[in-house]
Amino acid sequence: MAETLTANANLVAERLPAAVATARVQGANRARPALAMVAPAFMLMCLLLLGPLAGVIALSFTDYQLGSPTFSWIGLENYREMLADRVFWTSLRNTLTYVAIVVPSAVALGLGVALLIESGSSFRAWYRTIYFLPVMATLIAMSIVWEFMLHPQFGLVNGLLHGVGLEGFSWLQDRRTALYALCVIGIWQALGFNMVLFLAGLVSIPRQLYDAAEIDGAHGAWARFRLVTWPMLGPTTVFVVVITGIRSFQVFDTVHVLTKGGPSKSSEVLIHTMYVEGFEFFRSGYGAALTVVFLTFVLLLTLLKSAMANRGVHYT
Amino acid sequence: MAKIELKAIRKIFDSTEILKGIDLTIEDGEFIALIGPSGCGKSTLLRVIAGLEPQTSGEVRIGDVSVDGVRPSARNLAMVFQSYALYPHLSVFDNIAVPLRMRRHSALARVPLLGRLLPGRASTERGIREEVERVAAQLELSSLLRRKPGQLSGGQRQRVAVGRAIVRQPLGFLFDEPLSNLDAKLRVHMRSELAQLHRQLKATFVYVTHDQAEAMTMSSRIAVMIEGHIVQVGTPAEVYENPRDIRVAEFVGSPKINALPGVIREDGGLEVLGRPLGLSTPAAAGRCSVCVRPERMELGAGPAAISGTVVHLEHLGSEAFVHVKADRIDLPLLARLNPDRQLPAIGSSVHLTYPANAARIFDAAGKRIEVAVPVRSGRALEQAVG
Repeated sequence: MAETLTANANLVAERLPAAVATARVQGANRARPALAMVAPAFMLMCLLLLGPLAGVIALSFTDYQLGSPTFSWIGLENYREMLADRVFWTSLRNTLTYVAIVVPSAVALGLGVALLIESGSSFRAWYRTIYFLPVMATLIAMSIVWEFMLHPQFGLVNGLLHGVGLEGFSWLQDRRTALYALCVIGIWQALGFNMVLFLAGLVSIPRQLYDAAEIDGAHGAWARFRLVTWPMLGPTTVFVVVITGIRSFQVFDTVHVLTKGGPSKSSEVLIHTMYVEGFEFFRSGYGAALTVVFLTFVLLLTLLKSAMANRGVHYT
Repeated sequence: MAKIELKAIRKIFDSTEILKGIDLTIEDGEFIALIGPSGCGKSTLLRVIAGLEPQTSGEVRIGDVSVDGVRPSARNLAMVFQSYALYPHLSVFDNIAVPLRMRRHSALARVPLLGRLLPGRASTERGIREEVERVAAQLELSSLLRRKPGQLSGGQRQRVAVGRAIVRQPLGFLFDEPLSNLDAKLRVHMRSELAQLHRQLKATFVYVTHDQAEAMTMSSRIAVMIEGHIVQVGTPAEVYENPRDIRVAEFVGSPKINALPGVIREDGGLEVLGRPLGLSTPAAAGRCSVCVRPERMELGAGPAAISGTVVHLEHLGSEAFVHVKADRIDLPLLARLNPDRQLPAIGSSVHLTYPANAARIFDAAGKRIEVAVPVRSGRALEQAVG
C-alpha cells in the first residue's frame, strides 16, 4: 500500500512543477485550465497523502494518547525517548536484519525459480501456480500453518530433522532462531511475487539478443546470463528489490501471530513496536514518532529506486 | 571465405513443414539474396544456415565441411539481424568487441574485476582494441565508440551491427532483413554501403529480404522462395525477365505484373480474351495465364489490344502508372508509361496492347510454358503493334 502511495506521490510531484512551468510560459490564459486540471489530483493527494502525513508528523510532537481529550506539545521529547529506548534499537536492528536477509534471498530465489520455469517446457503453468500460491494466501492463515510446521514437538520441520538424525529447535520460542524462522517465512512469501515479476521481465527480452549472443560465442548458460539476461533484467531487478525491501520493512503479520516480538524482544520489529505502543499502550504520539522513522526508510528506498531507474538500468 | 551448400534441407515445426527440401549452392564470395513473401521460410532457412535452428533433415556444408551439429559460433558465420540485436547495456566499442572477447578470453578472464588480474589478459585486450578501432574507422563509427546503442540513429545502429559481424572475419555473412527498420532514404543509402562492403570484403553474403528492390540492386544472384521451396535461382535480370513460375513473376517486379486469362487452343495457338496472340506452344490445350510487365504495356490499338476504362492515374514524375479496368472482364491492368506523352483522362476509354515477345505464358499449374512466334504471323503482329 505504502509503496503505491509513494509512487503516486512521486508521479504527481513530478508533473506538478512541469505543469506550472508550462503555464507560466504560455501565459495566464492557459494557466487557469491547467491548474483546474491538476486540481483534482492535487486535492486528492492533499486529502489522502499529504494531510495524513502532516498529521502523523504533528502527532509525533505531542503526548497524545488514544481516547484522551487533551494533549500538549512536547517537541522532540518522543524522539528523545525513542533514541534512549533499548526496545527501539532492538526492533530497528531486527528489522534491518530481516530486510538484509529476506531481500537478497527472495530476489535471488525468485530469479532462480523464474529462470528454471522459463527454461523448462513442461508444467510451466503448474509451477507458476505453486510458487505463486503463498502470495495469494492470507499470510495470517499461513502463519498458523507455519506455526504447526515449526512446532518443537510435533512439527514437520523438527520431524524431518529427527528423521535424518539432527537435533531440532524450538524455532519460534528460541531467542537464537525466532527472527531467522520469520525470515524464512518472509522469503517463502515474497518468492512467488518476485518470480512472477521476473517471468514478465524474461518474456520481454528480445529473442534475437540470445541469437546474437549464440553467434557471438556466448555458449554456456552463465555466459548468456551475463551477456543478455542479467543486464536486460536490470529495470525489473531494481523494481523487485525495492518492492521486496519495502514489504520487508513492513513485516508485521507473521511477527504478530507467531512471536509477538518475543522471546524477550528477539523478533521485535518496527511496525510491531509501533502497533504495541499505539494500540496496546495507546501512546499515539510515540507511535507516530516510530511511524515517521519507518516512513523515512521507505522514502529512502523509493528515492533509491528513482535514482537507479534514471541511470544505469534503462538503456533507451 | 567459403562456399555454402544446402542439401535437401527440411524443417518441420510441430506439424507444419516450413522448408520442403531446399537445395542451394552459394558460391564463395557470392552475394545471394533470398527473397519471397513473408512466411515463405526464408528467415528459417537463414537460421538453419547459421545453426540457430537445427534442420529436421538434410545437410548444411560450409567450405566443404558438414556443419550439422556444429554450434553457431563455431560455424564462423556472422549474422546481422533485423532489429540489429545490439546489447543495449554495452557501448558501441563493447558491442563490437563481444565476439572477439568471447573467443579470445577464457571464461575466467571474462569475470568482471577478477578477470583483470589474469596474466595475458591485458595484451589480448590490446589486440581486441586495435581490431575494434580498425573496424570502427572502416565504418565511420570512431567518434561513436563510447555511446550506447540507445543514443544512436537507426543507420548508426545498423553499422554497429555490421561492425560486430565483420570484426571477427567470418567465412560468410548472413543478413536477416537488415534494412527493413530504416526509413526509405536511409535504406537506399545503406544498400549501396552494403554492396560496397561486399566488394571490399569479397566474402560470401546471404541476404534475406522481402524487398525485391534490395535483392535486385545488390545481389549477384537471387533465390526466390515460395511456400518452403526455392522456385527459381538466377541473376536479377534472369529472374525478372524469365520467371519460371507465375508466383515468381508476380512476386518479382513492382508494380506487379499484369496477368491476363488466356487459352491454349487445340492447334497450339494462344488467345487472350478471344483474340489470337500470334504465338504458338507445344503445350496441351487448356487455360493459361498470359503475363506482361506494366512497362511493356502500351496505349494504342492492335490485334491483341484490350479495351478498358482508365480508373486511376499515378504521376510519379519520372514515370506514370495508368490503372485500367478491362471492359469485358473485371480485371485491373496497369501500364507504366513515359509521362512526357499525353496521359488519358480518368474515365476515358483506352486500348492497351503489348508486343508478343513481352508475354510470358504460364500453364494452369503456374509453370512457365515455352512459346514460339510463328515466323509470318509474328512479323505481321510486330508490324501491327509497332
